Amino acid sequence: MTALYDPTAPLTASGNLRRRRAVSAVASSATILAAVLAVGVLALVVFTVIQRGAGAISWQFLTAAPPQFGGPGGGIAPAIVGTATIVAVAAAMAMPVGVAVAIFLTEYAGGRLTRPIQLAVDVMNSLPSIVIGLFVFGLLVAGRHQSGFAASFALAMIMLPLIARSTQEMLRLVPGTLRDAAEALGVSRWRTIVGVILPSALGGIVTGTVLAIARAAGETAPLLIVCSIYGNKTTFDIFGQAIPNIPVSIFTLSEQADPSGFTKAWGAALVLLTFILLTNIVARTLLARSRRNMTR
Amino acid sequence: MTARTAHARRATAARRRANRIDRWAGLALYATCLAASLLVALLIVDVAYQLVHGSHLAFSRFGLGFLTTSEWAPNFNRFGAAPLLFGTIVSSAMALVIALPIGAAIGLFLSMFAPRAVRGTVGPLVEMLAAVPSVILGLWGILVLGPWVRGTAEPALHGAFGFLPIFGPAQTTGASMFTAGIVLAIMVVPIIASVSRDLFLTVPRELRDGAEALGATPWEVVRGVVLPATASGIAAAACLGLGRALGEAIAVTQVIGNRTGVHASLFLPGDTLASRVANQFQGATSALHTSALFYLATLLLIIGIATNVLAQWIGHSFDRRIGVAR
Amino acid sequence: MTSNGQQDPVATLPLQRVRVVAPSPREAPPAVPIEEAVFDVRGVDVFYGAKRAIAGVSMQVERNVVTAIIGPSGCGKSTFLRSLNRMNDSVPGFRIEGSILYHGHDVYGSGVDRVEVRRRIGMVFQRPNPFPKSIFDNVAWAPRNLGLRAGLAERVETALRGAALWDEVKDRLKQSALGLSGGQQQRLCIARAIAVEPDVLLLDEPASALDPVATAAIEELMHSLKRRYTIVIVTHNMQQAARVADRTAFFSLDERDGQRVGALVEYDATQTIFSHPADTRTRDYVSGRFG
Repeated sequence: MTALYDPTAPLTASGNLRRRRAVSAVASSATILAAVLAVGVLALVVFTVIQRGAGAISWQFLTAAPPQFGGPGGGIAPAIVGTATIVAVAAAMAMPVGVAVAIFLTEYAGGRLTRPIQLAVDVMNSLPSIVIGLFVFGLLVAGRHQSGFAASFALAMIMLPLIARSTQEMLRLVPGTLRDAAEALGVSRWRTIVGVILPSALGGIVTGTVLAIARAAGETAPLLIVCSIYGNKTTFDIFGQAIPNIPVSIFTLSEQADPSGFTKAWGAALVLLTFILLTNIVARTLLARSRRNMTR
Repeated sequence: MTARTAHARRATAARRRANRIDRWAGLALYATCLAASLLVALLIVDVAYQLVHGSHLAFSRFGLGFLTTSEWAPNFNRFGAAPLLFGTIVSSAMALVIALPIGAAIGLFLSMFAPRAVRGTVGPLVEMLAAVPSVILGLWGILVLGPWVRGTAEPALHGAFGFLPIFGPAQTTGASMFTAGIVLAIMVVPIIASVSRDLFLTVPRELRDGAEALGATPWEVVRGVVLPATASGIAAAACLGLGRALGEAIAVTQVIGNRTGVHASLFLPGDTLASRVANQFQGATSALHTSALFYLATLLLIIGIATNVLAQWIGHSFDRRIGVAR
Repeated sequence: MTSNGQQDPVATLPLQRVRVVAPSPREAPPAVPIEEAVFDVRGVDVFYGAKRAIAGVSMQVERNVVTAIIGPSGCGKSTFLRSLNRMNDSVPGFRIEGSILYHGHDVYGSGVDRVEVRRRIGMVFQRPNPFPKSIFDNVAWAPRNLGLRAGLAERVETALRGAALWDEVKDRLKQSALGLSGGQQQRLCIARAIAVEPDVLLLDEPASALDPVATAAIEELMHSLKRRYTIVIVTHNMQQAARVADRTAFFSLDERDGQRVGALVEYDATQTIFSHPADTRTRDYVSGRFG
């Protein structure tokens, strides 16, 4: 039958198969190792932040302001309030614009503007955040002063393409049968969008926004450029001055050679990281569920 | 008779009004969405304008020689981007050399080699790595990774591979190009892992079945069918990762040492375009200084765009090659 | 009476209402001794999770013979075929009970290397699935893996000749396989499978995605291929089975415990299945009453 091998022999590895199996085992072990490495680094970073930051966390840390002239003691309350304010304003600006752009690109697609606008969104998505910082500096800060609003503007530019993309994805997932049914009933285009399509995609849009918020909350580079010189007090005056925020606080503390500052930095990092990771986990789970509901 | 006609006339008027409202509302929605989209386009244009405008002073003073000058002395109004270009390329290249194989291996793990239950947990964990803010990674880099690199990694690498110029003697601090490269690699791995996992999952089941039916081991199926079929996508993923590495300012500036210098050894401090801007912008000593930093940012933007264009080009040329014999 | 005085053999045949044109009559093959059977399938049940797909199949596949598996769609023909070379292993929830003996060895036994199984039992699929490589590399890929680098070019040529494709592609071996027509691609897949000299070739509806001309070319191949290989072919086309197969197995859906499961209804010489099948269900199927 064949000179290469005996077909009636037992079905164990013959010829060079043993060696090839060993090579395959090495390869799959390497992939396992890579995954272990990545998860290990994540665990290491998270563990370090918890270990070194937990000691700083206290009720006072979360509610008090930093001491007037620096040094140990005090807390990061102004920074927490400041970040929350900046990010909230940024989300209020980015979400409507992002959703509107997504509607334009999916529901009014096909015109001459579709490709350039899609390109613009993609370009905005790939802009380095330091470049966005310099842009907002030139636009809002140069000749005037730093402001929390400038920070919000910069963060809004980071959030906008993320919201637009996730909204686009959600809108595309709306079943074609829904649109067809509305059209068959003679419902006008805008009523279909506002009354049928948006509501069914709403869950996904909101969670997409939440994910964008989690991303924006950790952005430091633009804030370093336009919202980094601030005092020690909690303030909501985002148009008049730079307001305290967590990322820049962590950065500044990390660059100084003060060990008590390091502890505060770890504490602030723990607060920030907890918020971001929890938000991510919750939002992604909800997003996966939204996707499944839409495609069922 | 008159009552019915009047009623009919009122109904028609109401219907016409409803239709008019409908049309205006539809127009309003379209106009709003159009306005938002044009705003986005306008912002992009304005970004280019602001960068060019901001670098104008430095550009008129230094011209294109800025790219080849090595000196960076704000006190003497002498600025040059060459060491920063060098640092950007070296740190990003090192990050990619580490992150591409590891990311692709994780992608293979998540799509092929992992049991189903494990995929569901490891996948999101790798994505969580991407969610860690760069300032926290930088903090960890300064206080944990840096000392480890200085104390363990650098002496070990210098001892074993010291004949290579890139592994020079260990320095006093862990702030170096090497540490920055590792931090960047940590940021780039999740991107490449996600994209490559999605790519590997798009290889049709029938192609893998065909390879398996020919008596190929799992690795041979990957090497012979899955990897060649996704080669262009992997290259595009690499460009995405490269873009991320090029633009990272904060974590890099925290761990790279912020020195101007072109050296062979990775263990010496250096600086990148983004990092220098982040580090010196607040304390810029003169309008020329600020403008020079704007110039650096403009260079960064151009390099970023070039990377994106390269990604598209690689994608197209790979797809053409697959039709031809290897 | 014929001219030489012999009785006319055709005239003595009893009149039958034959719906399907059977090939030239063959003798019913003798019962196969167990040691000569390539496959000895004993009481095989296949489950996908809790659902039973195939129930209680027992049959033997003989050497150097084309065995066809026919039946209505959804009755487990492909599932059964893929179980023979362990191609169902990657399907989630797959479980098999009973035994499939290949030359006396249990295909699902402990210590069996499934890559070795597939090396000896090759498969060609319903839709042609050439690799995005050149024609030469498609055929040469598996031999290279197996370390058969010496005489590779000859091996590729032999395989392409064996698949009746050599003359059409010999001048463009370096071109992409994706540029071939559907029928050529399928013959390339056959060439690819025989390049490693398997013992058995499993064909899962190999011509169902092809036009009639390409189908005829594939069927023509069966006659030459079976001289070297044992062939099991799944087909939903009864006439095709009648044309190419020596033995035919008829699968159908049974009601067991309130569920519909695939089962082997009848297995005999092709001539028998199509002219005087034993089971009514077989008779109904081959006469076109259902399916």
